[in-house]
Amino acid sequence: MESDESRPPASHGADPGEDDAWLARPASIRLLWRIFAAVLALSVAAQVVVEVKGYFGVDGWFAFGAVYGFLACLLMVVFAKVLGGFLKRSEDFYGVEEDD
Amino acid sequence: MTEFLPPALIMLAGALLIGLTRGVVRTAVVLVAPLLTLLAVWQVPDGVVLTVPFLGYPIEPVEGSAVRRLFATIFSIMAFTGGLYAFRQAKWYELAAAYAYAAGAIGVSFAGDLISLFLFWELMALFSTVVVWCGGTPEARAAGIRYAIMHLLGGVILKVGIEGTMVHTGSVEIRPMLATDFDSWMILIGILINAAAPPISAWLSDAYPRSSPTGSVFLSAFTTKTAVLALILLFPGEKFLIWVGLYMVMYGIIYALLENDIRRILAFSIVNQVGFMVCAVGIGTQMAINGAAAHAFAHIIYKALLFMSAGVVIYRTGYNKCTEVGGLFRTMPLTAICGIVGALAISGFPLTSGFTTKTLISQASANEGLVVVYFALAAASAGVFLHAGIKFPWFVFFQRDSGLRPKDAPWNMGLAMVLFSLLCVLLGLAPELLYRFLPYPVDYYAYAPGKVVFYLQLLLFSGLAFFLLLPMMRRTNTLTLDTDWFWRVVMRRAWLATASAFRQAGDLLFGNHTRLQGWLRSKAHSYFGGAPRGLFAQAWPIGTTAIWIAVLLTAYVTYYYSH
Repeated sequence: MESDESRPPASHGADPGEDDAWLARPASIRLLWRIFAAVLALSVAAQVVVEVKGYFGVDGWFAFGAVYGFLACLLMVVFAKVLGGFLKRSEDFYGVEEDD
Repeated sequence: MTEFLPPALIMLAGALLIGLTRGVVRTAVVLVAPLLTLLAVWQVPDGVVLTVPFLGYPIEPVEGSAVRRLFATIFSIMAFTGGLYAFRQAKWYELAAAYAYAAGAIGVSFAGDLISLFLFWELMALFSTVVVWCGGTPEARAAGIRYAIMHLLGGVILKVGIEGTMVHTGSVEIRPMLATDFDSWMILIGILINAAAPPISAWLSDAYPRSSPTGSVFLSAFTTKTAVLALILLFPGEKFLIWVGLYMVMYGIIYALLENDIRRILAFSIVNQVGFMVCAVGIGTQMAINGAAAHAFAHIIYKALLFMSAGVVIYRTGYNKCTEVGGLFRTMPLTAICGIVGALAISGFPLTSGFTTKTLISQASANEGLVVVYFALAAASAGVFLHAGIKFPWFVFFQRDSGLRPKDAPWNMGLAMVLFSLLCVLLGLAPELLYRFLPYPVDYYAYAPGKVVFYLQLLLFSGLAFFLLLPMMRRTNTLTLDTDWFWRVVMRRAWLATASAFRQAGDLLFGNHTRLQGWLRSKAHSYFGGAPRGLFAQAWPIGTTAIWIAVLLTAYVTYYYSH
C-alpha cells in the first residue's frame, strides 16, 4: 500500500471546506451542477416551443446544436491531446536550444 | 485644407508629448490625445481629403469612408482605454511607443494609397517592437527581435508587391483586387503575415505574452486588425482567404487548448478570432464584409478586456501560468467578473457583442450556401467557448485554490475594465448602435428566437464538454511546437552547421596553406639558403663554370646554324 509520504503534496492552498468562499464549498458546487443541468435541459426543451430554422436541413433537427456543440468540443479536445503528444516540449526547450 | 489635422498626426503628437511632459500634464496628454484623435476621426469626410505629390505619384495620406472611420474609431477608443488602464503602471516610454503604434494603426486606416499605407504599416512594426521590448526581460528582448524580423520581412514582401503594382499599373491607389499575379500575391502575403495567418502565425503567440501586463493590452488590438482592414480594402471576395481563415480558426483553438501560459491562451485566441474575420473577407458579400468589420470592432474591445483582466492578475501576482494561479475570484472579484464578461463576449454568448457580430459572418456563409464554412464556423464557435470562454476564467479565477490572495485591480485598471465590459454588453443589447456605422446597410436581426436557442445549445453543451473533459485538459508545464520551430531550431542548426562547415573548410585550407608554404620554403632554402648547403649559394670551382659555359655556347651555336 502506498504510504502518504510518497504522494505528491496536495495543492498548496487550503482544501475547500465549509468555511471557504461560498463558490468553493462542495455543497454550492453540487447546487451549481444541478442548476447547470437544468439550464442544459431547458435549452434543449426550448426547441419544442421555438422553431430553429435550419439553413441546411440538419441544423434544424431537434437538439442539433447541443449534440453538435458537444461532439465538436470532444473532437477538438481529443485532437489537441493527440497533437500535443507529438508537439509538446518542456518549457525551457527553446532556452536550451538557443543558449548553447 | 490647412485647418484639417490628420487624426494619426494628433495621436503621434500625443506620443511625442508623453515623452516631453511629466506628472499631471503627462496624464492629461495620455487621456486627452486619443479623445482629440477620435474627434478628428469623425471630421474625416468620405473621399480623399489630402493629396501630396511624391515622385510623380499622388499620395493620399487621408481618405475617408465608413469602414475606415469605423476602424479608426475603435483604434482611438482602444488607445484611450488602454491609456487609462496603463498610465499609472506602465513606463512612460511604453505609453509613448504604444501611442505611436496606435497612430500607425490610425494612419493605415485612412491611408488612401499604397505608399502611405506602407509608411504607417512600418511605423506600427517599429513601435510595436518597442512595446514588446518594454517587457523588460531577456525573453522579451529575444522575442522582440524575432517579432521585428518577422514584421520587417513582411514589410519587405509588401513593399515588393506595392512597387510591382506601381510599375505595372502606374497607380498606387488602394482599390479592391484579387490575388492573380505576382504583385498582388506579394501584397496579400505581406498583409497576411500581419494578420498572423499560417504558416507565419507564431510571432504573435511568441511576442505578445512576453510584453508587460499593460503592453499586451495594446498589442492585442492593432496589428492584426489593421491587417483585416487592409484585406477588406484590397482583397474582398478573394476566395483563398476563406480557407486561410478557417485554418486560423481551428489552429487558434487547438493551440490554445494545449497552452499553459495565460496570455498565450489569449494570443492563440486572437488568431482564432482574426480567422473569423479573414474568412468573412474571403466570402466577400456585403453582409460578410459588414460581419468582418463589426466583429473586428467588437473583438478589439473584448480581447483587450481579456488581456486587461489577465494583466491585472500578472501585475498583482507576478505569475503567468495557469498552473501557478487559481481560485483568485476570492480576492479579485472585479477582475474575475470583467474577465468573465470578456470571455462570454468572445464566445459569442447572446446579449454580448460577440453574438451580435459573429453571427453576421455565419449568416453570410449560410446565405451563400457555403455548407462546410457554415458548419466549421459553428464548430469553431463551440471551440471558442471551450478554449477561451471557459478555460481562461476557469483556470485563472477558479479551478483549485492556489492560496494566493492578491489585491483586486488598481482603480484605473478597474475603471478601464468596467468601461470595456459595459461596451461588450451594450453592443450585445443594442447592436444597432454599431450596425449603423458598418460599410453597407444592415438588414439583419441578431435575436431571432431560433438562432438564440441554437447558439445557447451549442455553447452550453460545449460548457458541459469542458467540465466532463477536464481530466484530459490538465495543464502541464509545456510549450507546443509551432512553425517557428523551423526557424528557431532547424534553420538555426542549419546555420550553425554551415558556419562550422565553413570553419572546417577554412581550417583545412589554412592547414594546407601552411604546409605548401613550408614546402616552398624548404625548397627555397635548399637552393638559395645559407652558403654551405644552398645550391645557388655555394662557391663553384672556375673549371665547372667554364665547362657549363662551353656546353651552353655549343648548344646555342648548333641551334643557330641548324635554322
